[in-house]
Amino acid sequence: MFYREAGQFKASYIEDSAIFPLRQDRIGIAVILAVAFAVVPFVATPYLFSAILIPFLILALAAIGLNILTGYCGQLSLGSAAFMAIGAFASYNFMLRVPGMPILVAFAGGGLIAAAVGILFGLPSLRIRGFYLAVATLAAQFFIVWCLSKVGWFSNYSSSGVITAQEINILGYVFDTPVEKYMLVLTIVAVMALAAKNLARSNIGRSWMAVRDMDVAAEVIGIRPMRTKLLAFAISSFYCGVAGALFAYAYLGTVEPEAYNLDLSFRILFMIIIGGVGTVLGSFLGSAFIALLPVFLSVFVEVLGSTLGLDVSKSLTSNLELMVFGGLIILFLIVEPHGLARLWQIVKEKLRLWPFPH
Amino acid sequence: MKGKVKSAMLGIALLGAASGALAQSEQFIPALSYRVGPYAAGGSGYFGGAIDYFNLVNLTGGINGVKLVWEECETEYNAARGVECYERLKTRHGGASTVEPLSTGIAYGLLDRVEKDKIPMTTFGYGSANAADGSVFKWVFPIGTTYWDQAAAMIAYIGQKAGGVDKLKGKKILHLYHDSAYGKEPIPVFEALAAKYGFEFMKIAVAHPGNTQQSQWLQIRQANPDFVILWGWGVMNPTAIKTAAKVGFPRDRIIGTWWAGSEEDVIPAGDAAKGYVSAAFSAGGTSFPVMQAIVNKVYGAGKGNLEDKSRIGSLYHTRGVSYGIIIVEAIRTAQAKFGKGKVMTPEQVRWGLENLNLTEARLKEIGAAGLFPPIKTSCADHEGSGMVRFQQWDGKEFKALTPFMIGDRALVNKMVHESAAKYAAEKKITPRDCAKEM
Amino acid sequence: MTFFLEVLISGLLSGIMYSLVALGFVLIYKASGVFNFAQGAMVFFAALTFVGVMELGLSPWLAFPVTLVVMIVLGLVTERFVLRPLVNQPQITLFMATIGLSFFIEGLAQMTWGAEVRGLDIGLEDLPIQWLSDRFGMSISKFDLAAAGIAAILVATLALFFNRTRIGRALRAVADDHQAALAVGIPLQQIWGIVWGVAGFVALVAGLLWGARNGVQFALTFVALKALPVLILGGFESIPGAIVGGLIVGASEKLAEVYLGPSVGGGIEGWFPYILALLFLLVRPEGLFGEKIIRRI
Repeated sequence: MFYREAGQFKASYIEDSAIFPLRQDRIGIAVILAVAFAVVPFVATPYLFSAILIPFLILALAAIGLNILTGYCGQLSLGSAAFMAIGAFASYNFMLRVPGMPILVAFAGGGLIAAAVGILFGLPSLRIRGFYLAVATLAAQFFIVWCLSKVGWFSNYSSSGVITAQEINILGYVFDTPVEKYMLVLTIVAVMALAAKNLARSNIGRSWMAVRDMDVAAEVIGIRPMRTKLLAFAISSFYCGVAGALFAYAYLGTVEPEAYNLDLSFRILFMIIIGGVGTVLGSFLGSAFIALLPVFLSVFVEVLGSTLGLDVSKSLTSNLELMVFGGLIILFLIVEPHGLARLWQIVKEKLRLWPFPH
Repeated sequence: MKGKVKSAMLGIALLGAASGALAQSEQFIPALSYRVGPYAAGGSGYFGGAIDYFNLVNLTGGINGVKLVWEECETEYNAARGVECYERLKTRHGGASTVEPLSTGIAYGLLDRVEKDKIPMTTFGYGSANAADGSVFKWVFPIGTTYWDQAAAMIAYIGQKAGGVDKLKGKKILHLYHDSAYGKEPIPVFEALAAKYGFEFMKIAVAHPGNTQQSQWLQIRQANPDFVILWGWGVMNPTAIKTAAKVGFPRDRIIGTWWAGSEEDVIPAGDAAKGYVSAAFSAGGTSFPVMQAIVNKVYGAGKGNLEDKSRIGSLYHTRGVSYGIIIVEAIRTAQAKFGKGKVMTPEQVRWGLENLNLTEARLKEIGAAGLFPPIKTSCADHEGSGMVRFQQWDGKEFKALTPFMIGDRALVNKMVHESAAKYAAEKKITPRDCAKEM
Repeated sequence: MTFFLEVLISGLLSGIMYSLVALGFVLIYKASGVFNFAQGAMVFFAALTFVGVMELGLSPWLAFPVTLVVMIVLGLVTERFVLRPLVNQPQITLFMATIGLSFFIEGLAQMTWGAEVRGLDIGLEDLPIQWLSDRFGMSISKFDLAAAGIAAILVATLALFFNRTRIGRALRAVADDHQAALAVGIPLQQIWGIVWGVAGFVALVAGLLWGARNGVQFALTFVALKALPVLILGGFESIPGAIVGGLIVGASEKLAEVYLGPSVGGGIEGWFPYILALLFLLVRPEGLFGEKIIRRI
């Protein structure tokens, strides 16, 4: 009833291929953005900002990055965390070594360096496919983290190889409190998410999807696979790199290369699979699911224990949480293999007809 | 789906608010423990020990009547999970008094946060050594001893075995390390000491997780060093010991760090571990009166935290007990200044940690004489001891080889201050003037 | 020269240990196209169950069949409740499901048997063989040789099983083409059940050998990471590929660590096999023994 496109006519091709062709979607996105920018900062607690919302947004950004590569271009990668690490360490070095470097430029610079390395590790994708490529991207994961911890220059010769993020200072304004950091992260993520959404419907995005669906056929119709794939690697790594820089600057503060380990790569891959491959919305839903589920489970078990007055050992509950986490992932994959974004799609279909079933 | 996520978040928020609103009548200590994952054995032993001691304190009347309360949160030894746990717990029960993550990665993630939240963080036997400079790191306490002091003590021990540090000249010492922040931390100290005493220092890295080490040990046999320092972690330790046996390197010439010196590190190596030496910042066993009290009163009342009773008195367990004692004594010290029988604020607990004076006599009163060395902290010295002892595995338990001893602390202190000054310059921190704090 | 040979041989022998883990991957991939990341967790679970059952007072000879039954049941349950509902899904979804499965198995293992680290003595000494070190100055451990022997027996048995038995032929038919196999009346689900059971058995053998060497602890799950480059070198579908790949990876990573490591700061074993496999794949994109993929429009 409310979600119905009847009566919305598109008079031009431009209108038809707009980023949000439906009025309802435009209103929806505006409401979400308004809530995120104008309501959340006033109602959320510092805990929510610094432990939930900021990592959720940062990981969603990384998931968008991986989604560009895996979801749109069909190249499976298990090395996203390594590109995040490059972004963080490159931003750190830009800030450290270039006097007067604006921090946003440093983030972008970190992203660009990540993109350059991404192109390098994307080269094998021209010959290797599927799981062979996935395992090959593990080479990037292990090699890059090893390099960052081995070469002292990257961490300014810190004896333990960690970097400490400089303060975030934009035009004299210091982003220090959780709310300020949240606003900064939200702005960057919102802009980049919209850009990704825009990119997906452009010429580039369509050629990615052509390569994903069948690269030989794509080549036949005149899409250059090398340029397309490498561009996907570059842009994906750029997103991951910026996310990694934010992860260090807005979230953890002091990080060691180990913080960007294989485990993080897997978590990001989970996000896009659970959220929905090849959708920007799915990246956010998946990030919410994977980043929040363990927290939610642990709070849930805690509340359950205290309300029931049970005195169960912490080892038992911790292991149970892990099992339930694993079990829920499997369950979601079985129930909706196309991810949460598909669920939303189904809800939209239903809304179109509601309240009349036919 | 969005709605669902939001209501879930709201639920979490409400929960945090509700428990934060409770009236403050108890001293709250969050426990960022890990009981699943690769390091679960260590985490459950350590936090089990701390909680056992807190229970003992509560059973015997609290700290001048103030009861302790704690909550556990599972971090899985993961930095992001640890940060979330810290943020979740820090406001509970009127606010966290102090925090101990027992994980280098989480400690780094909390470094800026504890400073801002004004909650003291202890890094008991790990973490960055330069944090011992309290004038720069006001809120961080690598209490007891650091990796750098451990490295210096190891060289002192080797010197002792050789018959004096002057005999170190021309000796070959090889550092076999976990290729991570942890393993690289002591290298500057070893290099400085090598220059000072004239021994040859070599290093070989082992990639994480280190479950095969033939290539490293064949290299070691080739180099034939006088001593191998095993700076390992997790599965790397038993593998190193076993592989040493395989290439025929004598185990009593391997000196492990304290994280390579618990039962968990040698039992998997079986007979190969006999004779293996490791450093330790606390002793093991149940012979101490305080351990006896835990066995009788806490486990006797069915309140013990360890599920496997045979692990009582294991090294991870006594480390946890030692941590518990230090925290309780710091709160006691703070109470002596700010009011006995009152709940201390984090700021006051920080003062207590900074002015801790755990003398031999005081340790004896608690029933922990010899469990860990005396500790006296100050504004300039957040470490307070730097003493390490060496122990040898005899196939059943670790036997003490030396009393608690100290390495070249003057050199280490100099390096600590240089490194802290570099950090302060990079972060634009003005160090406190410790002369004024007195 | 002796030193070179020693490094080479020890590398080959540890390569065999990687192959053992890789075998489990290959079996399942061959029959069902699932890249089973939970194989590492299964190795851990098998070893922990074996030790746990022994702690309950069973002799090793009894503990082995008991653990085997547990592993086969685990395999069957996995097939029934995880993979069957996911039939015909994209490979990546199946892969993710097996990562979820590995969380589940890890939690289950430590919940059931506790988090303590345990030793495991299977009666094989991990010490150098005396006459070899006397004669040639090389230290080759008995344990490693025995492990190599066990791996050889395992591969021979599996090869016989695949080539000579009815079930084995059915398995190969399924591996070649699911639908054609189904059409000629091969019970697909039964076959998958058997494969998961066999994978459980391989996990048990790998778990015992790795557990005896490194101790039974969580880190056993990491051996899966050692098996991945073996897989891409050898090809996902090939049992001989897993063996040859393991030998190549083992030997080259040890040689690289010894001869290349010191000049770049060492610790290169973590990534070297991956880079090697990557370079290799550039020449032969389907691995050494993998099936050549022909793409049509």
